[in-house]
Amino acid sequence: MTALTRHRLFWPAVVLVLLLVSNVFFAPRFFSITLQDGHLYGSLIDVLRSSTPLVLVALGMTVVIATGGIDLSVGSVMAIAGALACLMIGDLPDQGSVGGVLLAVVAAVGLAAVLGIWNGVLVTVIGIQPIIATLILMVAGRGIAQLLTDGQIINVSSPPFRMIGAGYFLTLPVSVLIVAAVVVAAALLTRRSALGVLVEAVGASPTASRLAGIRARGLTIMAYVFAAVCAAVAGLIFSSNVASADSNAAGNLIELDAILAVVIGGTALTGGRFSLAGSVLGAVLISALDITTYTIGIPAETTLLFKAVVVVVLCLSQSAAFRAVVFRRRTVGASA
Amino acid sequence: MSRKWTAALLAGALALTGPAGCGGEDAGSGGSGSGGGKITLGFSQVGAESGWRTANTKSIQESAATAGIDLKFSDAQGKQENQIKALRSFIAQRVDVIAFSPVVESGWDTVLKEAKDADIPVILTDRAVDSQDTSLYKSFIGSDFVLEGKKAGEWLVKEYEGKTDTVNIVELQGTPGAAPANDRKAGFADVIKADPKFKVIASQTGQFTRTDGKEVMEAFLKTYPDIDVLYAHNDDMGLGAIEAIEAAGKKPGTDIKIITVDAVKDGMTALAGGKINYIVECSPLLGPQLMDLAKKVKAGEQVPQRVLTEETTFTQEQAKAALPDRKY
Repeated sequence: MTALTRHRLFWPAVVLVLLLVSNVFFAPRFFSITLQDGHLYGSLIDVLRSSTPLVLVALGMTVVIATGGIDLSVGSVMAIAGALACLMIGDLPDQGSVGGVLLAVVAAVGLAAVLGIWNGVLVTVIGIQPIIATLILMVAGRGIAQLLTDGQIINVSSPPFRMIGAGYFLTLPVSVLIVAAVVVAAALLTRRSALGVLVEAVGASPTASRLAGIRARGLTIMAYVFAAVCAAVAGLIFSSNVASADSNAAGNLIELDAILAVVIGGTALTGGRFSLAGSVLGAVLISALDITTYTIGIPAETTLLFKAVVVVVLCLSQSAAFRAVVFRRRTVGASA
Repeated sequence: MSRKWTAALLAGALALTGPAGCGGEDAGSGGSGSGGGKITLGFSQVGAESGWRTANTKSIQESAATAGIDLKFSDAQGKQENQIKALRSFIAQRVDVIAFSPVVESGWDTVLKEAKDADIPVILTDRAVDSQDTSLYKSFIGSDFVLEGKKAGEWLVKEYEGKTDTVNIVELQGTPGAAPANDRKAGFADVIKADPKFKVIASQTGQFTRTDGKEVMEAFLKTYPDIDVLYAHNDDMGLGAIEAIEAAGKKPGTDIKIITVDAVKDGMTALAGGKINYIVECSPLLGPQLMDLAKKVKAGEQVPQRVLTEETTFTQEQAKAALPDRKY
């Protein structure tokens, strides 16, 4: 039992379960999942679906943070990817053509990879602090997205593109399947090969790992490319969900949510050891928090306060020092 | 335009030179407004959060060009701190007139005082501020959001006339603290409170965006199985909600009646297609009226404290008729 409560993901998992259960008092059918028009339908599906962009962004952020860096530009990369894809699809003579949509998706992801290389080169080759290096693209990237869309919301009506964010395959949301595939692939790559250990080594000590013969520079650039590609896919899901590209709203402040998700998941911001599962859990928790505020009817003005309280409680529960104080009080109280 | 220039410059910098420096910001728009006979108008826009806002921006830019006014346009991207910065930079550049659409209602006294001290007249467009001191701005041109909320409520009262069953209403609010959100909510509530059969069972913010409108409506649909009416504070949230309603296997416009505010093209298309039932117009085309005001204010003429934009409402039939020559 103590082994279970000591696990670093125990407390986030408890908070997630508590959040979900608390919904039942306000929406009795919260846990019911039914079949609607040939796909699964229910609040839990909503939680999963709406968490998909954040899970992806948090996944990329985890790897970057593991190398001792941070990527603030993910939100802007999301906006660029969504804008470019919608722009290209809007120009298609037939928006329903699968090939055209595929080309747009590949172009968006490809551009994101270039932006990832840009971030990585700034950090490794030029040696700028990661927080500053990625801040450049965070600010400029949003500008590029607005330039692409001319500051407008671009609407598309393309059934193949809709599939990405709002479609279903074998009764399951396509976006969830995409994210699951990325998570599994990332987990296999980092845990079934030496890649994960190498990344952790670079994060723990770039110099030591370089002296040990690890190509720290290449690994770090790869981490930023991975983060950017994840963000691009997140941006595609985000814009596909509402069939439009909104370069102001897409991914706005998502970098902060992603960093929070990573921290909730138990990855230290100083780099080194990381937990992909933890970040996924953290991201799902944050999106469950959103849905909960809607379900239990927290007034719009106090939503942010409510979220802050939950996050503070969560962080306190994760702190060993805080738990020690609370438990000592209890034992003292019991013996007296 | 300056924002685009900055974006373009930065994009260029990204591609070529790397983060060499930030000195070149706003290089394209220098110059002061005092020289020549041309009026310089500094305008700070909320952002580009909706189709409505885009049409509003376009109207202001086009009418400035027609009226021969030198427009310095700045986009606040929905953040008050950006807007305050923009206003300060307008004051520093000594423009002739400042106009802006406040992101939120409160917290403007200091910067407006600075403008007043610098003798630069201020015109509010589209949204009000809650400053007690009305001498801080010359005029406020825009829609009456309370009236818009009332119009929405009046249609609802008429639609359910003679029926006694409870009408369950869910509301998608705009950005918390923004004048259109506060007033559209208040006006609507004011009209429907006369009849106890109207019940607002849930009201949440959808941030005026499609994504949030969809997400909140999804949660509403699961929490409340019998929603009769959706009242969304703008078209975009309503359009997002329509997707959620369709995904839930219900028919928007029939199973759940939908009222929205704005009447942008996408919204009007949905209205003509029967997916929305009623739209209260909130016209963004206030550019010509604004340029007129700016000229009068600059000339030192007396202007009214409050100028209303001309607006109407649309039913599904009226939308079909109006849609072909809808500009935005």
